[in-house]
Amino acid sequence: MKATTKTVTTDLSSTTKDGLGASPRRPDGTLKVTGEFAYSSDLWMEGMLWGATLRSPHPHARILGIDVTEALRLPGVEAVLTHEDVPGAKRYGLEYQDQPVLAFDKVRYKGEAVAVVAADHPETARRAMERVRVDYEVLPPVSDSVRAAHDPEYPLVHEEGTLPVHEEYRQSGNRVRHQPIRSGDFAAAAESEEERLRVLERLRAEADAVVETEYEVGMQDQAFLGPESGMAVPAEDGGVDLYVATQWLHVDQKQIAPALGLPQDKVRLTLAGVGGAFGAREDLSMQIHAAMLALRTGKPVKFVYNREESFYGHVHRHPAKMRFEHGARADGTLVYATLEIIVDGGAYASATPAVVGVASSLGIGPYEVPHVMVDAYGVYTTNPPCGAMRGFGAVQACFGYESQMDKLASELGMHPVALRVKNAMAQGSRIITGQEIDMPLPMVEMLERARDLPMPVERTALEDPSDQRTLPGGVAGTTRGEGVVRGVGYGVGLKNLCFSEGFDDYSTARVRMEIVGGEPVVLVHTAAAEVGQGLVTIKGQIARTELGVERVAIAPSDTQVGSAGSSSASRQSYMTGGAVKVACEAVRESVFALARERGIVPSEAADAELSLVGGKVVSESAGVLVSLADLLGESASGGTVVEETREHHHRPTEVLDPTLGQGASHTQFGMCVHRAVVDVDVDLGLVKVVALDAVQDVGKVLHPQQLAGQIQGGSAQGLGLALTEEIQVKDSEIRNPSFTDYLIPTILDMPPMRIDVLEHPDPHAPYGLRGAGEPPTLSSTPAIVAAVRAATGRPLTHAPVRPEDIVGIEL
Amino acid sequence: MRVNLNVNGEDVTADNVWPGESLLYVLRERLGLPGSKNACEQGECGSCTVYFDGVTACSCMIAAGQAEGREVRTVEGLAEGTGKGGDRTLGVVQEAFVEAGAVQCGFCTPGLLVQTDDLLERTVGAPGDAEIREALAGNLCRCTGYEKIIDAVHLAAGRRAEEAGSGS
Repeated sequence: MKATTKTVTTDLSSTTKDGLGASPRRPDGTLKVTGEFAYSSDLWMEGMLWGATLRSPHPHARILGIDVTEALRLPGVEAVLTHEDVPGAKRYGLEYQDQPVLAFDKVRYKGEAVAVVAADHPETARRAMERVRVDYEVLPPVSDSVRAAHDPEYPLVHEEGTLPVHEEYRQSGNRVRHQPIRSGDFAAAAESEEERLRVLERLRAEADAVVETEYEVGMQDQAFLGPESGMAVPAEDGGVDLYVATQWLHVDQKQIAPALGLPQDKVRLTLAGVGGAFGAREDLSMQIHAAMLALRTGKPVKFVYNREESFYGHVHRHPAKMRFEHGARADGTLVYATLEIIVDGGAYASATPAVVGVASSLGIGPYEVPHVMVDAYGVYTTNPPCGAMRGFGAVQACFGYESQMDKLASELGMHPVALRVKNAMAQGSRIITGQEIDMPLPMVEMLERARDLPMPVERTALEDPSDQRTLPGGVAGTTRGEGVVRGVGYGVGLKNLCFSEGFDDYSTARVRMEIVGGEPVVLVHTAAAEVGQGLVTIKGQIARTELGVERVAIAPSDTQVGSAGSSSASRQSYMTGGAVKVACEAVRESVFALARERGIVPSEAADAELSLVGGKVVSESAGVLVSLADLLGESASGGTVVEETREHHHRPTEVLDPTLGQGASHTQFGMCVHRAVVDVDVDLGLVKVVALDAVQDVGKVLHPQQLAGQIQGGSAQGLGLALTEEIQVKDSEIRNPSFTDYLIPTILDMPPMRIDVLEHPDPHAPYGLRGAGEPPTLSSTPAIVAAVRAATGRPLTHAPVRPEDIVGIEL
Repeated sequence: MRVNLNVNGEDVTADNVWPGESLLYVLRERLGLPGSKNACEQGECGSCTVYFDGVTACSCMIAAGQAEGREVRTVEGLAEGTGKGGDRTLGVVQEAFVEAGAVQCGFCTPGLLVQTDDLLERTVGAPGDAEIREALAGNLCRCTGYEKIIDAVHLAAGRRAEEAGSGS
């Protein structure tokens, strides 16, 4: 089957080397393999101080007093700051300004920052922290997210009247946001509980099979390898220069400046090397603290969190408790679905409102269901704060709805793919918010392709079936093959791409063309964060393709150019890629205008007839008109420099209405389908993923190699959530803040992947592309868990699946 | 205290070392060699892997004092033809990692490069997937899902064999 949409030009065939569609090397690759690439933790300046953070040992406590006298006396200590020293706004936050820069009155999670120290050596700083005396009155933790959502008697994490009010989110008590969605007959019965129940009873009666299940998704950590770190350098104008690893320089600046009591232009940020992000760097960590210490001491201050501190120092993926009910006819047609999902935001809101917006609107997944009732809640607790992580609310829901699809299929005696095909959405379908999917969604094709991919060889057909490296447990030698059962499972996920709900997350690009050494050279400048994904490569490819120039340099990302928005929501190829494209188009137009002015191009020749190829202005009819070198002239000898700055905005989106949850809230949709094959040692509860194959539609492939890297990396994070990754929280305390106890997949855990990429262009997106980073993280988890269910027959309602779930013992 | 060691072929001295510092800290903060990475500092992730007297080890787990008189080779010492003339030629393993797309954020890369170099040094013939996986099992990567890392190791192994075959 081939793409049927013809409304967008996606021919990327370009004569320029290393343009779009090719797989050129990353421009930062060489520095990264020689060890010279400067990550935020590698920065060093003469006379710099080391910062350190004193964190709360309690999840919930009143602060009665803080005494820093003894800490200040320690030789080598240059400053110890508390909330009293915050020069400006005492609270900050991405959406709500609810998080104290340094705790005052109360601490609301274990690990909350209470004081910061600057000293001449990290060990001096650590010892100084031990000498800070904080008197706490310990309070009971507020750790139950279900009670936080529903129990009006449950203690409040934030005292009444202390938080900004957002009426549209139906905040109350510990609820950060409640988003209901009602469709079909549930919409008609929206306001009466009784009426809703009557509708539900009637729909249940219509269904031949009803499955109702509670699911849980554990708290996942982004576990980027480069810890939170960076440096603040005081400037002569009273401002501060920050070199940090972040996902969005301008949103950092917007939060840092008010806390420092400085105008935004005195807080300048430059992106330092970023050692992975995955959502965890969308919130601030050390930025304000380092800036405060630098301004106080007049010296550069560097922070580097260690791994344990990193577990406390950033937000995690929201753990979710979900109750799903689906009804279907005997032929598999879905009749109705209900969902209650509670995501635990922990002590501070971070991205919780937006996560609720995604979890609710995509809560039922890419399935046609006529009657739907969803209630999504994001709540405050004294658990570790949660915010953005790859997949952002859609991951949690996907584990639930895909598990439901398997359960229904099993109940009805259908193949799991057949049930999904029966109810699959397509272009023109409307999701439960009423939003039309007005771009290709070849779900049926994708499912069938995933099903028909070649299977891995059976265990018995292996060259050496007793090779322990091929068995669950690996070289630990826990089995020779006895008790090992194979299972196959499928997962499909629907993800919104770019920011949603009315947010104008535009991006800005400045593109400059000049002649250096007789050759045209292009410089691309944006504020976009390269976090490893390879945007830095894509920007160059776009410039080469659009401008027909081989030599393209990428300027460091900083706040000297307009915002690029966040490196999240799979949005940077779309948004910053789009901005680079329009800025290049503007440069091209300026070049054509110049050529026209100089009489090289006839004034009646339209831009559409002209192009830039191989460093020359070319006309469709007359061929080469002039070389850029001749037209612009050597830059150093007063030649013309063409520079254009442009913003790229995606089409506007709508806020979900607070009662029925209707509205076209999303910019774009992405989808990935996984098929997982696992071998399970059913006696010991050990799993080996044998194959994890994926089919993804990306609209248009810009860089095949980097795309594969996104699909493989995203699938691996989904594998982690399926089998091992959970921050274990008991009484609001993290039990496993280390890579010894928090297990991310190793090279032994990831199987080889078959990847099948489809290109059905999205007519609304630059080049027809679709964000690619997140969808694989949704579908790989339910596919693997489904495969383990198929092998074991266990219900497995908790992600990650624990060995005790497989062997069926309660701990 | 003072620590004398040989790093990447050069004798170096670090002064004013606090005894609690690790070799990793000395390399990064005192010797200007931040290539070895500080991802977990507890021997779990492999990002700080160096050759220590010819054997790969996590430099975060070695106390600074233990490095006295030892030979250390870091990622900075893997490039060929470094130092003179300015132009650096990447080593075969380094080249392969960039070419195969095994580098995303790159924070795990220095450790993987050293570990891969070691694997290829001690493997006769081309390592298979299972061997590669065993050799690199102590190096965590969060970005790539490892597949392109395996591609890179195969690529590097092939090139090394070619070089050996051509008698260079």
